[in-house]
Amino acid sequence: MEEPTILKAEGLDLFYGEHQALKSISMDIPEHRITALIGPSGCGKSTFLKTINRMNDLVPGVTIKGKITYHGQDIYGPGLDVTWLRKRIGMVFQKPNPFPMSIYDNVAYGPRTHGVRSRKKLDELVEQSLRSAAIWDEVKDRLKKSALSLSGGQQQRLCIARALAVEPDVLLMDEATSALDPISTSKIEDLSTELKKNYTIVMVTHNMQQAARVADKTAFFLLGELVEFDDTVQMFSKPRDKRTEDYITGRFG
Amino acid sequence: MHQTLSPFRRAYDLGARALLYLSAALTCGLLLCLIGYICFRGIPGISWSFLTTAASVLRGTVGIFPAIVNTLYVIVVSLVVALPLGVGAAIYLTEYASNRRLVEIIEFATETLAGIPSIIYALVGNVIFCVSLRLEKTLIAGSLTLVIMVLPTIIRTTQESLKTVPQSYREGSLGLGSGKWHMIRTVVLPSSVDGIVTGCILAVGRIVGESAILMYTVSMSTGMQDFSTIENFMKSSGATLTVALYVYAKENAEFAVAFSIATILLALTVLINLAASLAGKKLKR
Ligand SMILES: Nc1ncnc2c1ncn2[C@@H]1O[C@H](COP(=O)(O)OP(=O)(O)OP(=O)(O)O)[C@@H](O)[C@H]1O
Ligand SMILES: [Mg+2]
Repeated sequence: MEEPTILKAEGLDLFYGEHQALKSISMDIPEHRITALIGPSGCGKSTFLKTINRMNDLVPGVTIKGKITYHGQDIYGPGLDVTWLRKRIGMVFQKPNPFPMSIYDNVAYGPRTHGVRSRKKLDELVEQSLRSAAIWDEVKDRLKKSALSLSGGQQQRLCIARALAVEPDVLLMDEATSALDPISTSKIEDLSTELKKNYTIVMVTHNMQQAARVADKTAFFLLGELVEFDDTVQMFSKPRDKRTEDYITGRFG
Repeated sequence: MHQTLSPFRRAYDLGARALLYLSAALTCGLLLCLIGYICFRGIPGISWSFLTTAASVLRGTVGIFPAIVNTLYVIVVSLVVALPLGVGAAIYLTEYASNRRLVEIIEFATETLAGIPSIIYALVGNVIFCVSLRLEKTLIAGSLTLVIMVLPTIIRTTQESLKTVPQSYREGSLGLGSGKWHMIRTVVLPSSVDGIVTGCILAVGRIVGESAILMYTVSMSTGMQDFSTIENFMKSSGATLTVALYVYAKENAEFAVAFSIATILLALTVLINLAASLAGKKLKR
């Protein structure tokens, strides 16, 4: 059963100054699925991820050719509101980055940014997001405490809650579990599987087992090229490309 | 360890140590003598009425209330102008300006300006504010000149603290769909208040200790000024504490009063430095 495409890259090239980090990437990302991006370090996974919600705009000297569409709309097209795009396409970073404020204020930050003022609505959103991020039970008694007092795994789940609170459509996760212990990691993996009912998830991971466990589709990047993009089951059992096979079986990377 | 050193090395070591102790003792001793002497001569003259009345020839009293008020005047007016300007400039330089070379040049310039002798500001302030802008020698002209003097300090300290805000906070905020200014206001500025406050306190310290600028741009009257209307407020002109000290010591030869003012200035400086380090520590958490 094929889901409709939500994000579509067509012949996407990206340059950091002279250096080409993405080479003609074309890829259809299906809705309500988890898509994993794998590949050796420096192959352009984070770059591709950041291109999707235009976080690359912050890097000076980036040029982009080709096209990415979100629900058919060109995200680099004229008249597109970047803040709207980032509200629809949320991001969780590799290192947990809660703001130095209370747990509550962290989660309420996004909704407040987008104009939610009502205390009741905020309370609701905060609770609901913390529940979705599977951290509610751990923090419900200390919502007013600083978010920096949480453990790394809790902080990362808080960041997921914070991203969910703006009610996005797509969630981008850049090695969201790489700094975490196995228990927090498995919590976040379970969470992703739970979340895909309502969200589309694109995740970068260095962990092949993780991709195999949670992703529906997997994309293998190498030196800025998309070598192979297929159903995870297919890719991990019968990779089409020799390079994919070498990488998956651990012959390099 | 000591036993293994040759006698010559041991003597050398001892000598060096004695020399170091001596210079440390000398420095501290000098400082303590200075402070002690000022307090010894100054404290007897300080009383409630000294702090709360104006000098009056008729009643034969001395009071430095006008100088205290004038000092507060220049502190408040200078900060009200310099703070938004300085913080604004620092935000522009660290968050918005995209031309790295230009930013480097401006940063070099502010650094240099922070170190030049204040008499130069005094001269320029006199020419610009008192003469060209026809403010004459008033507290307002003095305050504006002080603004120019403290701006580099405020810009530098604000910039330094903006730079310590982790990039990940900015990314986190923008990633949730904030606009740039919203991000700065809600995440960057709150995490750098401590630096801004420290900068302000340092600026107050420089203002309190400044004399050259205030001698060139404000009159040296030690009488009470009238601040009752806006017009009077703009026209008022009188000595601040440092200038009053000069006036009493140099022109009136009332050294007791001068020493009392010196004591008060010393105490203020200590307080300001304490406040700065306290604010830095407290807000950091
Ligand atoms: N801000 C930048 N400026 C210049 N070059 C960059 C920048 N960010 C990344 N690159 C380069 O682009 C290429 C792809 O980097 P990217 O961060 O996307 O790799 P990655 O696949 O995420 O690697 P990792 O697994 O180590 O996170 C690398 O060669 C990197 O050096
Ligand atoms: Mg990366």
